[in-house]
Amino acid sequence: MIRFIDVYKEYDNGTKALKGVNMRIDDGEFVFLVGPSGSGKSTIIKLITGEIALTQGKIMVNGYSMSNISPKQVPLMRRTLGIIFQDFRLIEKKTVYENLSFAMRAIGASNRDLKRRIPYVLQLVGLEQKADRYPGQLSGGEQQRVAIARALVNNPNMIIADEPTGNLDPKRSLEIMMLLERINELGTTVLVVTHEKNLVNRFGKRVVAIEDGRIINDETGGYYNGEKI
Amino acid sequence: MARRFNVGYYCSEGVHSIFTHGFMSFAAVCMIVACLLIMGSFSLVAVNLDNMLGDLEAQNEFLAYIDETYTEEQAQALQPQIEAIPNVAEVTYVSRDQALEDFKAGREGNELLDDLDGSVLRDRYRIHVDDIEQLKQTVDQVAAISGIADTNAAYEIAQGFVTVRNIAAGVAVVLVTILAVVSLFIIANTIKLAFFYRREEIAIMKMCGATNAFIRWPFVVQGMILGLAGAIVAFFLQWGVYELVSKTVIQSDGLSLVTILPFPSLILNILPVFCGAGLLIGVVGSVLAIRKFLQV
Repeated sequence: MIRFIDVYKEYDNGTKALKGVNMRIDDGEFVFLVGPSGSGKSTIIKLITGEIALTQGKIMVNGYSMSNISPKQVPLMRRTLGIIFQDFRLIEKKTVYENLSFAMRAIGASNRDLKRRIPYVLQLVGLEQKADRYPGQLSGGEQQRVAIARALVNNPNMIIADEPTGNLDPKRSLEIMMLLERINELGTTVLVVTHEKNLVNRFGKRVVAIEDGRIINDETGGYYNGEKI
Repeated sequence: MARRFNVGYYCSEGVHSIFTHGFMSFAAVCMIVACLLIMGSFSLVAVNLDNMLGDLEAQNEFLAYIDETYTEEQAQALQPQIEAIPNVAEVTYVSRDQALEDFKAGREGNELLDDLDGSVLRDRYRIHVDDIEQLKQTVDQVAAISGIADTNAAYEIAQGFVTVRNIAAGVAVVLVTILAVVSLFIIANTIKLAFFYRREEIAIMKMCGATNAFIRWPFVVQGMILGLAGAIVAFFLQWGVYELVSKTVIQSDGLSLVTILPFPSLILNILPVFCGAGLLIGVVGSVLAIRKFLQV
């Protein structure tokens, strides 16, 4: 579960990125976070993942209070999240399987855990036949599915996808979104940051719209008109 | 499912990283070798001087030479006067012929000594003292007795050895400090390079929830291996250099005045010190290098 209570964020250069954001995402939800460039979407993601500290207010992420989290707790908090990026961020010199095992080893998983979990996740994203391929040998859509598999492999409570379809054509984008929907149906909370209105409107999920550091609309089955983009 | 300490993983990552940056690793090992060799060489000189100093101190005695104009009877008549001086434990009269025999003993086969005659030496007393600390006063008192031409106390040589030993130790400390700083710098840069090379992987690890300790360990292992490799190479080089130098010194020292400790008797002292110093440089260098990168 994620809660933002009256959250303000001002960067060192004086930019006021968030101006009193209140938001609540419950376990099991599928939420689109939409808004134009510079509206504060990325700031929200960075606050959730603990990359930056908030200026004022309160943020709870899966039971961790981000306003007074200790540096030692940050890794533990991050294990409750699976993060997907627009540029995939796969390790080019590792195979698909190795990319996933790398993520599992990072939190101290044993070989037995790897052998049990990785084939299951690869099958979930439809890449069980490509475990030995390198990222360079895969299409963009396949690479993003590897990234999704990596985000899932440590069994997080929540998947955060930051512009996951930004580098993909419409057909692949739809496939990725359907995969995220399926993951949500299996019980994982999903937060997708995007500004692709066609995709958002097609799925009819909860849409949180942010503009100029404030939430301007929060509606389940909401419609995103994509103005100002 | 999480295990706290994955030694196999840390070691394989650490070793892998060493070979990825072969040249920097080589440079780091060379610096550690240089550092340890210099430290070792000066320490070994100091240890040997200390050993010789110990030999001198153990003898606890000095010689009082008798005026050449004195007959043997006159010379022997001085003994009660010497015995009367406090701190004198034992007085032995040694005639010049006996002194020559003593000197030749243990130096058989040395042609230089064959033609020597007892007349080149003086009659002397060998005087043992109770307390080496008061050696100087006792020597002065003996020297004041008329008929004693000269004294030969080891404290002068001892003082010389102490001075040389202290200089060797001082120079070693300065050089080792400088080299240790340079070694640390090179190790730290080797590790920084490895860290920079893997920065994307590390960013992903952090996103997945890896702890700082988990990220740090492979680099610490890398530093430890480099330090230990340097220590072992330095140890064997030191051995070779020591044997070579001691052979040369013994050959040129025709009168066997210098005693050199055999290297094998020092291994148990040198090897742990080298390994410890190498490990310390490696660990401190790597921790310094990655400290600032690991802030959340």
